[in-house]
Formats: sequence, structure tokens, C-alpha cells
Amino acid sequence: MTRLERNEKLTRLALLLVAFSAVSILLVITIFIFSEGTPVMFRYGLQKFLFGLDWFPLEKSYGLLPMIIGSLFVTAGALIIGIPFGLACAIVLTEFSSKRLRRLLKPIIELLAGIPSVVYGFMGVVILVPFIRDNLGGPGLSVLAASIILGIMILPTVISISIDSLEAVPRSYREGSIALGATRWQTTRMVMFPAAKSGIIASIILGMGRAIGETMAVIMIAGNAAIIPRSLLDPVRTLTSNIALEMGYAAGEHREALFATGVILFIIIMVLNTIANLTSKRRTP
Amino acid sequence: MGKTVIRAKNFSHFFGSVPALKNINLDIFQNEIFGIIGPAGSGKSTFLRALNRLNDLIPNSWPEGILEIGGRDVYAPGTSVVELRRRLGMVFATPVPLPRSIFENIVFGARMAGEKNRGRLTELVADCLKKTALWEEVMDRLETSALKLSGGQQQRLCLARILALRPEFIMLDEPTSGLDPISTMKIEETLRKLQAEYTIILVTNNTKQAARVADRTAFFLNGELIEVDTTERIFSAPSDQRTNDYISGKFG
Repeated sequence: MTRLERNEKLTRLALLLVAFSAVSILLVITIFIFSEGTPVMFRYGLQKFLFGLDWFPLEKSYGLLPMIIGSLFVTAGALIIGIPFGLACAIVLTEFSSKRLRRLLKPIIELLAGIPSVVYGFMGVVILVPFIRDNLGGPGLSVLAASIILGIMILPTVISISIDSLEAVPRSYREGSIALGATRWQTTRMVMFPAAKSGIIASIILGMGRAIGETMAVIMIAGNAAIIPRSLLDPVRTLTSNIALEMGYAAGEHREALFATGVILFIIIMVLNTIANLTSKRRTP
Repeated sequence: MGKTVIRAKNFSHFFGSVPALKNINLDIFQNEIFGIIGPAGSGKSTFLRALNRLNDLIPNSWPEGILEIGGRDVYAPGTSVVELRRRLGMVFATPVPLPRSIFENIVFGARMAGEKNRGRLTELVADCLKKTALWEEVMDRLETSALKLSGGQQQRLCLARILALRPEFIMLDEPTSGLDPISTMKIEETLRKLQAEYTIILVTNNTKQAARVADRTAFFLNGELIEVDTTERIFSAPSDQRTNDYISGKFG
């Protein structure tokens, strides 16, 4: 074996090691969370854990339902706000504006994703929460506030992936449709949108993943009461907030219950990611 | 010779500052098959796309001079582009069925125009598919995706889709460049049949195709119209040396 060949082999080995270490970190995290979290779920009773209404860890009562529902509410709210805005923005930028404008705006929109979430939370606390408290009532720290901020936070994901998938539609589809006497909007609605559907769905699911996993901004503006909210103006606690808020002082079974919260979150996010992968891979007919 | 339905007078089209068409003067008559030949980049397609204003989609491009269809300037302010594009059905070089069913592809234009009556739409589909000799091949699978058809079938579907718009003109931009000889023959046969009802403009880089089907042929080179005459004359006794060189295969 020449020196060159030996080097080649060594390089390959080193790269392989790096690649596997990334995968193994994921594996270690998964194993760790599940081993710490699952025993308490079964000891306490899976049904009581998932559907119990009371979260009083100091009294050994670990009902996670308010947080599961809280996460779902806040995420749904974020999607209701983020999807229409995001898709509208993507459509305007791809179909109704010049390439130059798109080249200018898209990086700026993507920059939104780089703003630390604590800054979003801060904006929420300083501007949005008082606004809701003064104009709509309630404590201000609410489902509504969290939904709005999260809706804004998922915009870059939704917009930039939707733009990519709309741009990936062959130009001939657009021309063919327009040559048939369809207007730009008809073309967008009847041809571009269905053709880019898989990418758009993927963008929404990735946005959803971001919303459900967001912690800092939510803690700052959601109010964090571990009860099922009765209205949009009630405070809410999400799964992520639950872990972040209590991990600092939790011990024993309480700590395990927080890991169990992580397990639930992990499962939800895994399911969403799998769906995203499947839909973005499938080709439209 | 029929009456003039399309007339270009000193018509040019610019992309940026570069003219893709320079001072074109030509007439196209009713119910003829008008062939346009020329090498790549000669402005053939630009001419077609000027007629239905598909060039409008390209930023930084503008026309100059006069381009009339039925005596009315295509680029006159207030012209309905959507209506114009319905009058001039266009078939592209690569078949572009939309990613929908065969049925939906054909009724697409009619739906866009607001037709909702299922019976009329069904009738339309059958009628158009019969005219393009596609009916027998697909009548039992109208709901399958148009993308599953063969290349030749897709191209005839595109032609059928155009007919569903009830246009006055059919424009074809190198419609058989990607097709096998049999499919090409079927398209050419269809065109000859359609000639009775439509005025057809056929851009082709296959000079033999123009010789086979066109009544008159124009030769474009570098954005200029070199000459236009009956197909017979062009292919037997062209008046310009460059035309002669092109059709005899010396360049192109």
C-alpha cells in the first residue's frame, strides 16, 4: 500500500467517525431521555399521566394533559397565523414580483430565523402582552400572545421553503397554463400550487415542528399556568415550558416526570418530522 | 389566397437592448398552414410568443412596430391578454400536460373561462380528442394522470387542449422535435385536417416538415425575415442565397 492510499483510507475512516458521532449523539440522547422518562410513566400509570388534569409535582401528581393541550393549542394558533401570511408572502414573491425584489427580500426574511427566540419573547412581553391586556382583557400573558409570536417565528421557515418549492415547478407549467388563457392568479391556484403541494406541506410541518419545540419565547409570554385554557386570553403552559421551568429544582420522581414530558414531546416531533419527510419525497401525480 | 388575418409591419422585439426580431414584415392568410423555419436563435419562437404576448412574462422586453391580428394591434393598450391567448392556441416543443388528469387538462381552459356544466365539458373532451385522433387511445382512462401518456400522446393532448379553447389560430413551436417519426406523422396528419377550420402557424427546425405540411414558408435568420414565399418556391427556387444554404443543409 502506498502512502497516498494509506492516507486515503485514514481520511475515509476519520470522516466516517465524524458522521457516526453525529448519529450516535442523537442515539444517546434518545436512549437517555427514554430510560429516564419511561419508568415513571408506567409506575404512575400511563393513562393518569397522559390524561390527568392536575400537575402538582410536589404532591406527586403528574397529570400532563394541560400541557399537551397547551402545546397543541399554541402550535395550532401559530399555524393559523403563520400559514396564511407565509403562503401569501411566498406567492407574492414568486408569482407577482420581480426576481430582483425576491433576491432582495428572501435573505431578509430568512434572517428572521436567526433572531434569538428570547428577543421575540422580549418583544412579546414589552409590546404584545400589554396590548392584549389593555384592549382585549385578561392577564395578557395568554394563548393568543404565544400564538402570534410563534406565528411570526415560523414565517421564515414557511416562506423560504414554499418559495423554493414554487420556484422548482417547471417554467413550462406556468407558460402552458398562461398560454391557455389562464390569468396569473388562476395559474397560481390551479397549476403552481398543486404542483408545489408537497414542498408547501413540508414547509408547514417544519414550521409546526419549530412552533411546538419553541421554549424561551413561550415561557416569557404564555403565562405558564398548568391548567387547560378556557379562552384565547387565558394563560397556558406548553410541554417545553414545563420542562424548562421546573428542571432547575426538580429531583427524584419529579425530575423523572419532566423527562417523561420530554418523551412525549420527542414522540410528537418525531411523528411530525416523519410526515414531513414522507410528504416532501412523494411526487405529485 | 385567403384574406390576411395576421400582419406584421416593421415589427421588432427587444430583450434588454438586444433585438430578437428586427423589422419583420409579413402577412399570414386565413386557413393556411404557415411554416416558419430557421436555425436556433433566429427569432422564430419569439415571433410566436409575440403574437400571444407570452413575451410579456419576460422582464425587460418590449415590442416595437405593429403586429395586427384581424386588423387590431396586439399590443394596443386595453387589449385583453387573456382573450388574445384564447384566440391563439399554442403548442410547445416539449409537451406540457399539467399535472392533472387527461379530462382536466382538456377542460382547463374552459374551466378558467367559467364553464361549469359537466355535460358540456364531457362533450368538449370527446370532441377535441376525436379531432386529434386520441379518443380511441384514451377514452377508457380519462381520469388517469396526463403525465402517464407517451410523449406523442401528450403532444396530441396538448393540441386537443388548445382546440377546447375554440381558438382561431393554432401556433405550434417545434411540436415534434422530441417525437418519433410515427407520432410526428400523426401530428402532421391532424394539422392538415384542422386546416379547414383554423389558421395554423408552424415553427419547426425540421425543414422537411415545413416542406411536407406548410402552404407557405418563411425563413428567419438572426432575428430577420430573409424571405417568405409558397413552400414550393422556397424549397425549389429560393430567391436568397442564405435560404438556399439553409434548406440544403450547409448550416443550421
